[in-house]
Amino acid sequence: MAKRKATVSISECVACGCCIKVCPRNAIAIPNGVYANIDKELCIGCGKCAKECPASIITLEVTEA
Amino acid sequence: MKEKKKWYDYLWIVSLTYLILGFFNILFAWLGLLCFFIPLLIAAIKGNKAYCNKYCGRGQLFSLVGGRFGLSRKKDIPKWMKSKYFRYGFLIFFFAMFFVMLWNTWLVFDGTRTLSTAVTLLWTFKLPWHWAYHGTLFSDGAAQFAFGFYSVMLTSTVLGFLTMVLFKPRSWCVYCPMGTMTQLICKAKNVTLSQKH
Ligand code: SF4
Ligand code: SF4
Ligand code: SF4
Repeated sequence: MAKRKATVSISECVACGCCIKVCPRNAIAIPNGVYANIDKELCIGCGKCAKECPASIITLEVTEA
Repeated sequence: MKEKKKWYDYLWIVSLTYLILGFFNILFAWLGLLCFFIPLLIAAIKGNKAYCNKYCGRGQLFSLVGGRFGLSRKKDIPKWMKSKYFRYGFLIFFFAMFFVMLWNTWLVFDGTRTLSTAVTLLWTFKLPWHWAYHGTLFSDGAAQFAFGFYSVMLTSTVLGFLTMVLFKPRSWCVYCPMGTMTQLICKAKNVTLSQKH
C-alpha cells in the first residue's frame, strides 16, 4: 500500500515552526531558519502538521514504496 | 505521546503580562525591545529561527487562544496574504511606520513637540492613554517612545487576533515582520555559508 507523507512547499514556507510543535513523531526541523524539513522516515502521515500550518502549505503526498 | 512542556512553552505568560502592564504604566513598553532584538540576534548569530520556533510568546498566545480555546475559524489564509509581495510589502510598511514613530519620539526629545499621551492603533486611531502615564524620570522623549512602541505592539496584537479568528490561529506568523525579517537574515546567511564551502 502506498503511504502518504507530509510534503512542504518550500518556497512558501515562512519557517514559523508551528508544524514542529504538533508533530507526534518529531519528524520536522527547520535547521537554517528558512524552511521546514520533514524526515520522511519518521513521518507517519498523520496530517497534524498540515492542519496546523498557518500558511496551509503542507500536503500529504503519496510516496513511492 | 505529547512531549513534556519546556520552560519556554510558558513564555506566552510574559507576552500577556507585557500587554497588561501597558495599561498600568506605559514605561513598561520599553521591555518590548527585547522581542525585537532577541530574534534578530539569534538569526544573525546562530542563523536560525529558534525564536519563532521555540520562544516567541506571542505565537504561543495565538496558538492557545485560537487553538486550545477555539477562537478561530481554522480556515486557510487567502493566497495573497502568504505571497512574497504581501509579506515583504508589509515588512516595509511596518518599518516605515516604525521610523515615523522614532521621528515623532525625536521631536519630543528635542523639544519641538510636546508629549502626546495617546496610543495609536492601526496607525490611525488615537486612543487616549494618559491614565497609564505617571511621569518619567527621564526626558519626555523616553515616555513618547514608550507610547509609540506600545502602539506598535498593540497594533500587531490586534491584527494578529483578527487573522487568528478569521483564519488559522497563528496566521499572524505568515506576515509577522519579525518572522519575515529573521527568515531573510537566515536566507542571507545561508547564501554566504554555501559560498564558503
Ligand atoms: S504528517 Fe504527522 S508525522 Fe508526518 S510530519 Fe506531519 S505531523 Fe509529523
Ligand atoms: S507551519 Fe507551515 S509555514 Fe510554518 S514552518 Fe511549518 S511548513 Fe513552514
Ligand atoms: S512569526 Fe512573529 S509571531 Fe510568529 S513566532 Fe515568529 S516572531 Fe513570533
